[in-house]
Amino acid sequence: MRPILLQGHERSLTQIKYTKDGDILFSCAKDQVICAWFSANGERLGTYHGHQGALWTVDIDPSTTLLASGAADNTVRLWDIRTGKCVKVWNFDTAVKRVDFNEDGTQLLAVTEKRMGFLGTIVVLDVKVDVEAEQSDEKALVITCDESKATVAAWSYLSRYIIAGHEDGSVSQYDGKTGELIYSTPAHEDGMQVTDLQMSSDRTYFITASKDKSAKLHSARDLTLLKTYPSDTPLNTAAITPKKPFVILGGGQAAMDVTTTGARQGKFEARFYHKVFEDEIGRVKGHFGPLNTVAVDPLGRGYASGGEDGYVRVHAFDRGYFDFGYEVEREMGVAGGSGKY
Amino acid sequence: MAPSFDNLTEDNGTYDLEEEVDFSDLKEQYDVRLEQGLDAFVVADGLPIVPKESKPKLIKFLTKQLNKAGKVKEDGFVMPCNKQGMTEGYAFIEYHTPQQAIAATKQLHGTAIDKKHTFAINKLTDIERYGREGRIDDDYQPPYTPDFQEKEHLRWWLGDPNSRDQFVMLRGDNLGVFWNKKKDPPEQIIDRGNWTESHIMWSPLGTYLATMHSKGVQLWGGPSWTRQTRFPHPLVNLIEFSPGEKYITTWSFKPIEVAEDDPFLSPDEEGKNYIIWDVATGRVLRSFHMHDLPTPLESESGQPVKKKIPWPAFKWSSDDKYIARMLEGESISVYELPKMTQLDKKAIKIEGVTDFEWAPALPQRDSVKTYEQLFCFWTPEIGSNPAKVGLMSIPSKEIVRTRNLFNVTDAKLHWQSQAAYVCVKVDRHSKSKKSLATNLEIFRVREKGVPVEVVDSIKDTVINFAWEPKGDRFVLITTAEVVITTAVPPKTAVSFFCPEKIKGAGVGNFKHIQTIEKKNSNGIYWSPKGRFVVVGTVHSQQSFDLDFWDLDFEGEKPESEKDLTANLKHMNTADHYGVTDVDWDPTGRYVFSTASMWKHTMESGYHLYDFKGELLREEHIDKFKQLSWRPRPPTLLSKEEQKTIRKNLREYSKDFEEQDRIEEDKEKGAIVDERRRVLNEWLAWREREEEELKADRRELGLPETLDAEEEANTDGKAGGEGAVVEEIVEEVLDEIEEVA
Repeated sequence: MRPILLQGHERSLTQIKYTKDGDILFSCAKDQVICAWFSANGERLGTYHGHQGALWTVDIDPSTTLLASGAADNTVRLWDIRTGKCVKVWNFDTAVKRVDFNEDGTQLLAVTEKRMGFLGTIVVLDVKVDVEAEQSDEKALVITCDESKATVAAWSYLSRYIIAGHEDGSVSQYDGKTGELIYSTPAHEDGMQVTDLQMSSDRTYFITASKDKSAKLHSARDLTLLKTYPSDTPLNTAAITPKKPFVILGGGQAAMDVTTTGARQGKFEARFYHKVFEDEIGRVKGHFGPLNTVAVDPLGRGYASGGEDGYVRVHAFDRGYFDFGYEVEREMGVAGGSGKY
Repeated sequence: MAPSFDNLTEDNGTYDLEEEVDFSDLKEQYDVRLEQGLDAFVVADGLPIVPKESKPKLIKFLTKQLNKAGKVKEDGFVMPCNKQGMTEGYAFIEYHTPQQAIAATKQLHGTAIDKKHTFAINKLTDIERYGREGRIDDDYQPPYTPDFQEKEHLRWWLGDPNSRDQFVMLRGDNLGVFWNKKKDPPEQIIDRGNWTESHIMWSPLGTYLATMHSKGVQLWGGPSWTRQTRFPHPLVNLIEFSPGEKYITTWSFKPIEVAEDDPFLSPDEEGKNYIIWDVATGRVLRSFHMHDLPTPLESESGQPVKKKIPWPAFKWSSDDKYIARMLEGESISVYELPKMTQLDKKAIKIEGVTDFEWAPALPQRDSVKTYEQLFCFWTPEIGSNPAKVGLMSIPSKEIVRTRNLFNVTDAKLHWQSQAAYVCVKVDRHSKSKKSLATNLEIFRVREKGVPVEVVDSIKDTVINFAWEPKGDRFVLITTAEVVITTAVPPKTAVSFFCPEKIKGAGVGNFKHIQTIEKKNSNGIYWSPKGRFVVVGTVHSQQSFDLDFWDLDFEGEKPESEKDLTANLKHMNTADHYGVTDVDWDPTGRYVFSTASMWKHTMESGYHLYDFKGELLREEHIDKFKQLSWRPRPPTLLSKEEQKTIRKNLREYSKDFEEQDRIEEDKEKGAIVDERRRVLNEWLAWREREEEELKADRRELGLPETLDAEEEANTDGKAGGEGAVVEEIVEEVLDEIEEVA
């Protein structure tokens, strides 16, 4: 599994996203530029310029027409993927930490930072999936987080719920239409920030990563805790692999402590766990800073990781990965990866 | 008429207050000394009953006895008589100070006056407190004896059918005891939060687990880990068991402050630092002050050099019968257990004594009829007198052997575990005092006349030395450089020594086997059964290797070493980043290497190896602090029985292998069953979830799945198939233009 090293960013990576077909991946970093890459060979397709602050987040609508991005310049921008033109700018009071398109691309949520007297919010924007169309300035919904600010959020299946992870380690479920808080659970250790939240491909369950050194799998319907993946380092990111029943966790010693330690103690490895059995099954080395983001090809052919070191490493899964299976799985006929997972 | 108390009170009103009257004589006579109160009074009971006439004689006799504890005041002896003119058998006595009164109750209570009579001496205030009317029930109440309660067997863990060993592990605030399960996660026996406030310690035979608290030490044991004893030594810092775990020494840096009503400690313990306790009863045997440390020396740069507090200051003889402490430069005090009285009532004067060490076993010396305990001591050069190493036999105090040494900078005493040898590692300086070299002076304690063999082939300074337990081989580590505190650990060399083969009985001269150069090693850890040794680098950031050696390798032996009683073989090298400690299990089968957060915070946790150095298990544990194998008492089998077992080892091992296999299968089965269950659960949950999602979508009038929805939306425009793109990449590797 020889990775492709993408050296396009000058500062640490913040998020990577694959398109629905998995052929292109978008990466954003604190250097204010979004890059688009061919996932097959690592060739850079283009860049998106315009943001005036560190980029925190990107997302692509399901039809790969529009690209949304959020940055420390207090804006969410919408881009025409094909031409690289910015088609819309929404302004906010504070930095935007996370954007996420819903299942059909008609709504976009944005998580804003708590700062300068403004409380953290989750804002829903209506989007027309058309590069020519005039996008509405109106905010369809504003959820204010007065307890603990949201750090990450995502849409559930059928845009029914908005699931948010908070700074205090809790995970909450809001109604996708009314923004009403339905339920909240202290998923992670108190005060240990939820650093990432990624949905399964059908958006019925999700994985959260936290500074408390664990990742957890919850049901989107009622936030039931399904699985726990303990590790030995603070986690920044977690992803669920389609086709094969694995999860990938990434993290490492906090960036500020990194200079004082070697790569060995930094634990800058991507860790693979079995989704169902919760066992660690492998690690991938390579980064020399903590992993900030991990994304998986929606078709399950590979994954990409972005690190504090400013590199994106794109890995294609090899034969061994697809052949791997527990005895029990073979016995039950689900070893090769199956829709059942 | 001289003024007296009586007419003074009567005529008081008539006196002119202005008039100066000298009351000093009255004051002296009648002044009530409030600050002393009644504390200086004792009541003596059990005295002979004599007629009035012989009273003065008796008083004189008794005063003599009572003066042993202090000074009885003149006229401080009151012995009332009854109407018949007979004494009542008791008396009130006033001492000069309350301390003397307390001393009298302690020393004289219960001692004999003559053949028929025994003193019963109590403080007057105590009689007042406990004996006042109504305090004592007139009816006899038999003392309450609780029903016999069978205690748990303290050596229960030895009965484990698989002969597994236990270890204790402290991580964070949780203290747990576990069974070693080799490759599998250790099986937890018990886990308690905040069980200890600092560290933990097993007793030397593994019977008790000692936990440390600010109020003292507690011992735990038995299958349910109940508290066996406690030793209420406030702010205790360190403890040391006697080798037979009959006694325990506790030490606190802060002198003990005994509260007035302390139920455990008596005023004797006030201001002391050490207490020697009896483990079985939990009683104080004796307490001691810390010797004043010699005034802090000043280094050349004028900085005061911190003197290390010597620990253990009190050293136990191997049979728990003696405990000794050295007063540096002057003497060694040997105390006899269990009375804790000093041997022959005085310290043994040894001028200049710098260090001493008891033999760790009863030395079986040739040509000696009754074996006695032995300790080894050394004194540095004083004036023109040479430095000296001596062996003293206790209790006879006979000097068994001395040896003079010259140009000595420092010496360390290393006993072999069976007290067959004591090796004195002598660091010697050259005349110019510029270079250091080490000599080993090995005293063969068992042989007649205690011959000394000198190993002087070592050019460098020896920084570590260790005898093989129950063997006669040793390993040492040398370094050429003077240790300077730099980040780079000094280069060291590891050398192995063994006796050469000789004809007949006895042990030949010590010969060098092999030296491994260019290492960073600093720690030597012998297997408790001998033969195997781990030499490693601990407490280092840069290197952290552990070398596993076999000294009786069963393979071919090089011709050059055929005269040696060892066949050295390097078996394995293990790596444990940040290793701080290495601990062999008491059977010599497994080794833990640990990295403790007490020393550094990186990758704390443990590795478990077998004796060959093969890694069985590793675990990173946050806030890991301490891990310690539970020691085992010595075997009860005779030498013959052990020999038979060794002979039939193959048959036994067959059984054990079979057991291991069954265990493995069973565990595997259990794991597989568990996985099957978990997987089924997950698949069932997924199925339910998918059904529900489908139902939800139907309700909204959407196609059943997202894919179907997309299919419908795209109307089969492009088709779901991705186009295959073929890409040809040409790369010019080299270009050469050929010129014809």
